[in-house]
Formats: sequence, C-alpha cells, structure tokens
Amino acid sequence: MANRCAVIGVGQTHHTSCRADVSIGGLVREAVDRALESAHLTLADIDAIVIGKAPDMLEGVVMPELWLADALAGHGKPVFRVHTAGSVGGSTAIVAAQHVMAGLHRRVLTVGFEKQSDGNAMWALSVPIPFGMPVHAGAGGYFSPIVRTYISRYSPPNYVGAMVAVKDRRNALKNPYAHLHEEGLTLEKAMESPMLWDPIRFVETCPSSDGAMALVLADEDTADRHQADTGQQVAWIHATAMRSEPTMFAGREQVSPAAGEMCAADLWRKGGITNPADEIDAVEMYVPFSWFEPMWLENLGFVPKGEGWRLTEAGVTDIDGSLPVNPSGGVLSTNPIGASGMIRFGEAAMQVMGLAGEHQVPDVRKAVGHAYGGGSQFFAMWLVGKDKP
Amino acid sequence: MTRNVAIVGSAQRPFERHTQLTTVELLAPVIREALANAGLARTEVGFWCHGSCDYMSGQPFSFVAAVDAIGAWPPIVESHVEGDGALALYEAWIKFQTGECDTALVFANGKTTAGPIDRILTLQMDPYTMAPLWPGASGVAAVQARACLDGGVITERAMAEVVARSIAAGIANPLVGWGEAATVDELLARPHSTAPLRAHDIGLPADGAVAVVLAADDVARRLSARPAWIRGIDHRIDTQRLGAHSLTESASAAIAAHHAGVAADRIDVAELHAPFSHQELLLTSAMGLDPSRTAINPSGGALPANPQMAAGLVRFAEAANRIHAGSADRAVAHSTSGPCLQQNLVAVLEGE
Repeated sequence: MANRCAVIGVGQTHHTSCRADVSIGGLVREAVDRALESAHLTLADIDAIVIGKAPDMLEGVVMPELWLADALAGHGKPVFRVHTAGSVGGSTAIVAAQHVMAGLHRRVLTVGFEKQSDGNAMWALSVPIPFGMPVHAGAGGYFSPIVRTYISRYSPPNYVGAMVAVKDRRNALKNPYAHLHEEGLTLEKAMESPMLWDPIRFVETCPSSDGAMALVLADEDTADRHQADTGQQVAWIHATAMRSEPTMFAGREQVSPAAGEMCAADLWRKGGITNPADEIDAVEMYVPFSWFEPMWLENLGFVPKGEGWRLTEAGVTDIDGSLPVNPSGGVLSTNPIGASGMIRFGEAAMQVMGLAGEHQVPDVRKAVGHAYGGGSQFFAMWLVGKDKP
Repeated sequence: MTRNVAIVGSAQRPFERHTQLTTVELLAPVIREALANAGLARTEVGFWCHGSCDYMSGQPFSFVAAVDAIGAWPPIVESHVEGDGALALYEAWIKFQTGECDTALVFANGKTTAGPIDRILTLQMDPYTMAPLWPGASGVAAVQARACLDGGVITERAMAEVVARSIAAGIANPLVGWGEAATVDELLARPHSTAPLRAHDIGLPADGAVAVVLAADDVARRLSARPAWIRGIDHRIDTQRLGAHSLTESASAAIAAHHAGVAADRIDVAELHAPFSHQELLLTSAMGLDPSRTAINPSGGALPANPQMAAGLVRFAEAANRIHAGSADRAVAHSTSGPCLQQNLVAVLEGE
C-alpha cells in the first residue's frame, strides 16, 4: 500500500566540539542547504519539514522546531518534531519518509541536530528528578556493566574494543565532516588510553559534538526525474523498522535486547533479506562505545550470538572488509546526539548514492542505517538500495 | 486516496489543580481504560505514539518512563513527539496511511502545575533575542490580544462572553467540575492581570492525561458502533517572530482548516484548543466557523482546565465522544502549539 520513497539529497555540517561560528538556526541551515543543493532544490520546493533532536535541555530551547520554522522557511507548511531518545535521528528520518510513503507529500525535508556546546550535556542529562531515583552514572557508567556482561559471556580478547576504536578513527580521517581526526592512532596507543568505565577506555568513547544532518526525501516521480535529469543515483528506501521496550525489569536481556532483534528481523523481512551478512554491503550502526560494534552485529543478526567480536578481530568490518561497519568513522568519531542517528541513516544513503568520497565503499547496492537510544531500548533502522524496492 | 481511520475509544482522567502523581501513575489507568472502552487488548495495538514535554517534567527523556506505563513487553512499535498528543495522533494517522498498522493508541500527559508554566513556555521563543527578555507566555498572548482589540477584530465583551460560556461548560463537565459561574458584566468588572487579559482569560493550568484509540476501516467498525472517522487532518505553522506576521488573524489555522476540509455550514461541534479567550475568537474566525450553527467548546475547552501537551488531544477525545454518542454528526478537533497560536492542527471528524 505504501508509496515508494527515495533519498535524493544529503547534507551535513562540519561537526566539532563547538560551532561558535553559527547559531542553532545557522547550524541547521548549513546541513539543510547542502542537502537541498545535492537534491537540486530550494526551500520553496519543500512540502513538509520533520525535525528531530534529543532532549531540549541540551540547548535550553523548549520545542525548538517552533522557533526554527523561521530559519527553514516553514511558515504555511507542516513542521513536525520527533523525540525518541538517542534513536531520534533514525526515527525522525523514518517519520519523514512516512510522510512520502503515505502519499501526502512529494518532497519532504528532514533534519536532525544538536548543538551541545550551547549547554552542558552532562548537566542536562543528570538533573535531579523529583519522582524517582536518578542513576547519575552518565552513559558510559550505564553501559559499561552491559559490556562487561558481553565479555564475561563470550570471552573475546580484551583488545577487540580498542580495535573498533582504531578502525573508526582511521575511517574518520577519510571523512572531512567527522568531528575527530586523530592521526596515528594504533592499537598499542589505544590500549594505553585511560580507563574511564572499565572496560571502556577514553579512546573507545564517543565525543560530544555540535552538528546536523539533513535529508531530502522524495516520491517515486520526483526521484525518477531527479536521477534522469542529474545522473545522480538516488537511495531507495527498501524498509524501515522501529521497536521499543521498557528500560528495566527483572531478567531483561540487555546485551542483545529483544527490541533490537525484533526490529532487525522486521527490517530484513520487509526488505526481502534472507542472509544479511551476504546481502548488505555497508552498515552505519550506532556505536557510542566501541564494544557495541560486536554486540550489535549479533543483535542485528549478521552473526550468531558470541561471534560478533570474531568479525571485528578478523577485519571483516574494516572499510575494505566484506561487511564494512561505520566507514564514516561512526558515532565514535562524531556525536551530536540528536543528529547521530540521522548521520547513520544519511551515511548509509550516501554509500548507496556513491557520495561518500574518500570513505566510499565500492559497489554498495544495499546499506543499513541503525540507531538506538535510552537504555538500549529504542531502535530505529532503515535499509536503502540502488534499485527500486 | 487516503485510508479511513477513526477514533474508536478514549479515556481521560478528571483534571486536577495539582497532582502529586508520576507520569506512569497518570498514564497507566487512562491507557487501560481507553483500551477497555475500545474493546482492544494491549497486545493488539499496532502502533503507540506519545506526546509530552521534557521541560514540564523537569527531566530529559521524561517520556521514557511512559514506556513502562504502556507495558511494552513483548517489544512494541512506538514513537514520541515533543509536543501535544494531537501531534502524536497525526503521526499515527500517517502510519495508518502507509498501511503499517490497523490500530493505534495515542496518549499524552500534561502535568502543567509541576513547574512555572508561563516561564517554561517562554523558552519556546528565539533563545537569542526573545526568551532572554522573559516576556512570559501570557505576556506574549496579551500583546496579541491588544493587537486584536486595537484592530477592532474582537472586543473585551466578546472575550468575556467566551469566558462565561466556558466556565459554565466546565462546571457541567464532570472531568472539570470546578469554577464559579459569572455574568459577562461581572467578568468585565474584574481587574486586568496582564492587560488586556484578566486572570479568567488565561487557561487554568491543570494536570491531566488522555488516551485515544484509533482503528482503520473494518477494524474500526468492529470496535465501535459509531466510529468518529477522521475525514481530514492537517497542521501548519506560522513564523514565530511577532513583528513578522499579523497577530490579528491565524493564517496557519486557516490553511490547516482548508486542507482538513472544514465546511463551516456542516459542523455541529468544534472543540478548539484556545489557551486564551481571545484565541478562541481568532480560531473561530480563521476556520470560518459560525457560532450560531456550531457549538464551540461544549466541554469548556482549555480555559477551565489547560493540561498543556494533553489539552489538544483532549479536544479530539471530546469531539469523538459526541460523535460516538450520536449528539453530533460532524465535529472539528483542534490543537495549538507555540506563542500566539503559532502552530495549528485541525481535523474533521464524522459519524456515519
């Protein structure tokens, strides 16, 4: 029943720890203008706008989509806001795509952003709450016991996490938009990095970034014409999926949450994928702490439980491996929270469109964008491809 | 072209002047009751969507607690909007149009009294030039009311008439129940609070929660004897800059009403989300509604009780209830966000 939808434009900011040179609106426009330019459109061509970001407390603006409607020439149009925790960049892109798939709009602009330097992310994420016991662990403190559980279950070599960090930071050197450009990081150096939350070292941790990612989504007619007129390959959306589960309950599996497994299974089913490891050419997955790469490889069903670390160790997930993971450098190199999921979705589309420049993986026919949030409980994924679904 | 989607059941909790309940305690009973009203099991819900505002809870990711209220196990298909539950209903309606769900539950919690709401909503404005001046949400609304009065679009008497009717309707509404009836002259004799607004022109901050069950086509017919079909729904936004657009009209409400297919001569009931009395007059005019033909806010609207982030979805529940009961055939449901009616969502509901 759903109409076809394709990504016809992608644009992102240069991400860094503090974009003092632009306002929030300016940051968003930088990504949006690049996305529109790559789609050969202007703001006047856009029918509807879908904005995503993580908690409003990060910048101190309540429901900033209202104010940003001006910066995006939204007046007279539908402007919609999504907020689903860390997965928000992914779920925002999905909600935007559904505006097209529903047959309501032909050209939809979506943007995810975070300007973390405008506020204090640690404060914003740790305010004392009136009705419950705060965890106050920070994200690293929250996730490190889960990583320890993974390690104790499957006994991978202790350097696999550091390998992920080295790979992602090397990939980021090929990505001019990435926040961290760390020359000369080796496995030895990574293993000497200070331990923050055992077993997560400083180098295995995502940065705090300012940044935005924007996508232009179009219906089949518009996408066909765009591809014919410009010769630019578009990225067809083959499938989208979202799943959520509670943060905690007795016996909850947190290393490989059921919501993530169900979300991936739904994605593969909708996309007609029977063997993900063979059929997927590139993956942009949400890895804020290095060990989540092997954990998510298993959760997504690329390999059986306990085998994910073997792929990482064998170099299968390197940019020239058979299943490249995070050729952009991933969340470990760039993390404007509200944009991070959309960067994954957008980078997956860029791989299909052949727009990834130096970090382009050759011959990508199908790529996956993945995002998660909360206590590993909110999942959003999409599958994009060169051919129409 | 579009798929037929209807409201088949809903539940609200009685509004409170101030509740100590948590998000989960507010939401769990209304979700349970809405499902019971619609005759739907929790595990049969195809899509869940929630509307709320972190700043009102004083907590980032405050909506995460609601996933507990839902009972999201086994895992569910779920999303959240930072805003009124009516926008969550819009996201669900889009999901129906893609064919990905046949049923949905949309819910919202509005604990307006947990913090200084007038200041919190001020933070919706331009953080560089407006919010630092702390005009207050009611201060900004007063500027709009002044522009409307000076422009001859409304009168203080017309505002008082809206208030008198809303107070009476609120007293009669079992979910509100409070209020003290007053004549227009009595209201006009009261002092201004934020001139030209009087205290009674400002929606009373209240705490509440609402859940609405949606279903498509045959499923809706199975679940409800008289589904409230969503015949049209649309939302639009205006510029936020007060000096950049006319404050004496609501362009976005007019566009949304047009796209939603509001045919004024056929609307029996309109539930309008007007947090300030003069805004009801602006909305009525923007949508071309005729108060002599259409009953405006028979529930009392948002003046007797304004549970922010739930108040818009409450309008949908109220409008649908009248269609379910057969006391109306066609109704308008409306929700607004932002300063001076910046964003407006309008839907037309119809019974068969």
